[in-house]
Amino acid sequence: MPTIPAAIEPFIWPFVYGAVILLVFPLLAGYIVLLERKVMADIQVRLGPMRVGPHGLLQPLADALKLLIKEDIIPTLSDKWIFWISPIISVVTALVAVFLIPMSDKLPVPDTNIGLLLVLSLTSVGILGIILGGWSSNSNYPLLGALRSTAQLVSYEIALSFALIGGLMLAGTLSLQGIVMAQKEQAIWFVFFQPVAFVIYFIAALAETNRAPFDMPEAESEIVAGYHTEFSGFRFALYFLAEYANIVIVCSIMTILFLGGWLRPFPNVAALEFLNFAPALVLLGLGGACLIGLDRKPSKPQKLGMIGLGGAFILAGLACLLPPVMEAVHGLFWFMLKVFMGVYTFIWIRFTLPRYRYDQLMNIGWRWLIPLAIANVIVTGIVMQREQIFAALGF
Amino acid sequence: MATTPPVIPPLAPNATFLDTNELIINMGPQHPSTHGVLRVILKLDGERILGTECVIGYLHRGVEKIAENRTYTQFAPYVDRMDYVAAVSNGLGYCETIEKLLNVEAPPRARFVRTILTELNRISSHLLWLGTHAIDLGAITPLFYCFREREEILKIFENYCGARLTTHAFRIGGLQYETYDGFDQQVRAFCNQFMEKIAEYETLLTGNRIWLERTKGVGILTAAEAIDFSVTGPLLRASGVKFDLRKAQPYAAYSEVDFDIPVGENGDTFDRYVVRMEEMRQSIRIARQCLDKLPEGPVMAKVPKIMKPPVGEVYHAIEAPKGELGYHVVSDGSTQPYRIRVRPPSLINLQALDRMVRGLLVADVVAVIGTIDIVLGEVDR
Repeated sequence: MPTIPAAIEPFIWPFVYGAVILLVFPLLAGYIVLLERKVMADIQVRLGPMRVGPHGLLQPLADALKLLIKEDIIPTLSDKWIFWISPIISVVTALVAVFLIPMSDKLPVPDTNIGLLLVLSLTSVGILGIILGGWSSNSNYPLLGALRSTAQLVSYEIALSFALIGGLMLAGTLSLQGIVMAQKEQAIWFVFFQPVAFVIYFIAALAETNRAPFDMPEAESEIVAGYHTEFSGFRFALYFLAEYANIVIVCSIMTILFLGGWLRPFPNVAALEFLNFAPALVLLGLGGACLIGLDRKPSKPQKLGMIGLGGAFILAGLACLLPPVMEAVHGLFWFMLKVFMGVYTFIWIRFTLPRYRYDQLMNIGWRWLIPLAIANVIVTGIVMQREQIFAALGF
Repeated sequence: MATTPPVIPPLAPNATFLDTNELIINMGPQHPSTHGVLRVILKLDGERILGTECVIGYLHRGVEKIAENRTYTQFAPYVDRMDYVAAVSNGLGYCETIEKLLNVEAPPRARFVRTILTELNRISSHLLWLGTHAIDLGAITPLFYCFREREEILKIFENYCGARLTTHAFRIGGLQYETYDGFDQQVRAFCNQFMEKIAEYETLLTGNRIWLERTKGVGILTAAEAIDFSVTGPLLRASGVKFDLRKAQPYAAYSEVDFDIPVGENGDTFDRYVVRMEEMRQSIRIARQCLDKLPEGPVMAKVPKIMKPPVGEVYHAIEAPKGELGYHVVSDGSTQPYRIRVRPPSLINLQALDRMVRGLLVADVVAVIGTIDIVLGEVDR
């Protein structure tokens, strides 16, 4: 085996990991869409996708295929180059940001000392894709959608960043790995120190990802599909992917900064070591549920599908019981669990609340969230430096 | 293919680059929330509305002209196709108008059954309005709850006359069918469960902060303006005018039941929402009373097989779910009407749109179109 030059050696695993993200993440995004449709159906007393695969589990693949083989339309009057490149801007920045997120301490994610700043900057650049896409379509509804996006995303980014500063002051580092380790050292999730920042961050994140009740840029009952009205087929799929990637990113940042990242609950309590078995138990439970519900399936192919699914879950669960696999997996499991709780809340809110109007959205952002976030930063600073302040005041 | 450059209107000679053009956009006829094929041309300054113009006629089928070439009986199913979400009300209005022209009266039992079915139809129409109105304002879920209850009503219609939407439930002179076995229990069961369900919708919407901000003070129509525009139905009542044809000119069995007319104060979108929600409760009340008082007896009056009404004309109006639905029928003594003119509540209420949305934002246009509750089949006929 040829030896690898020392100059390239540190880049190999991150490169492989990047390739895996590129391949696996679109699939994950597809399954978030399926989750959204299933949760929506549950809220709306329906079943949701049930036809493609057991419980519609192959629906994302069918959708992706459909979008891929659709006709690619570029409007005659559009600005072709910008129209061509804007979905790419959105999706590339989003995927790079996903790559930078440490989902577990076992993954070869580059640890930079400006990690959080880098992720935020990348998502900000991603907004360019939306603005340019809407503008280059040369069509009225996309233009309105792009204008709304610009105003909304720019103003909510301020609130979002100020909310993050509260957590950063506690962590004392911008490195994403460092923030998680700081929570381990202080033995507390920062959400308990920074509840206000957490709430502000969550609301701003909803607006930042264009989710209800702030989904103005693509409010379909008003401006049809907003900035991506003129996009079809694969270009639309890219926007879609970028949108769900952004949801994962904001939920990941929330997890890292406020919810302890990949750490299990109470990471410093040795008595709770058994929580490391949780991924195996969850997978085994899922497999069991598949097999128990078997005789409710009417036809033979459906039965076979469920047996296959249940078997796969049980095998994966058994694999997770092996100590090396368990060691590698449980961090990822806790991280994903927290991220998906965030994603679930996003979906839940979307199908429960009506939509704000554009001017009301601006009011909330500028008159409530931003002042509150700034006040939170000031109060955090005062509390952290209380001893010096008391000393200076002569107590 | 040769590309034509986009047409940009020329700026005034002394304009700077800070001067902006007005934006004219077409909303519809293929737009998700114009409730069918309504086309609204919006003149916008940014997102603020400077003016609107409705373009209608995409669903025009010449219903009134068709009437002139059909006998009175043959035309009856056509009226169901006007306001297709409130087909029973349309049928009731038509049958009562022709009865007035023929000078016959439906037997008491027929009048009570008509009242029950019409009130159930009012609920189903309002449920459709509630679901679509909520979806226009971004609340996707109530639509499915509303359709769940609407389905129960449609099942009652289906059991009664075989059709769900365009029912043709009534005949001139009464009813063709006696009520089916279990009609009483099914309607009562629906009434009981519906009162719980309506409370469920209210928990989703009425106290919701976002819902209040989106509807309060939006699309205000004062009482005087409402009267000037001759809007009727829940729009008029939400503006504070206590006018309901069921009380003012009682028809069917309305004079024999007890119910309240809900009225609003401000005439905004929220008041119209509250008025319609209360109307659904009152409809349940009316249906229950009619079931209690339902007399025995025939359901069809004596009407000639070939109807030749005397020469003359008659106007009769009923309180349809959307407002005053009037039929003006002119008879020349033959088997076919000389002219039938329909006063459609949707069309006339829609005229107030421009007054209600001027100066608001694009998002409010869909809210106001939703709150007017139009059905394009009736607007265009």
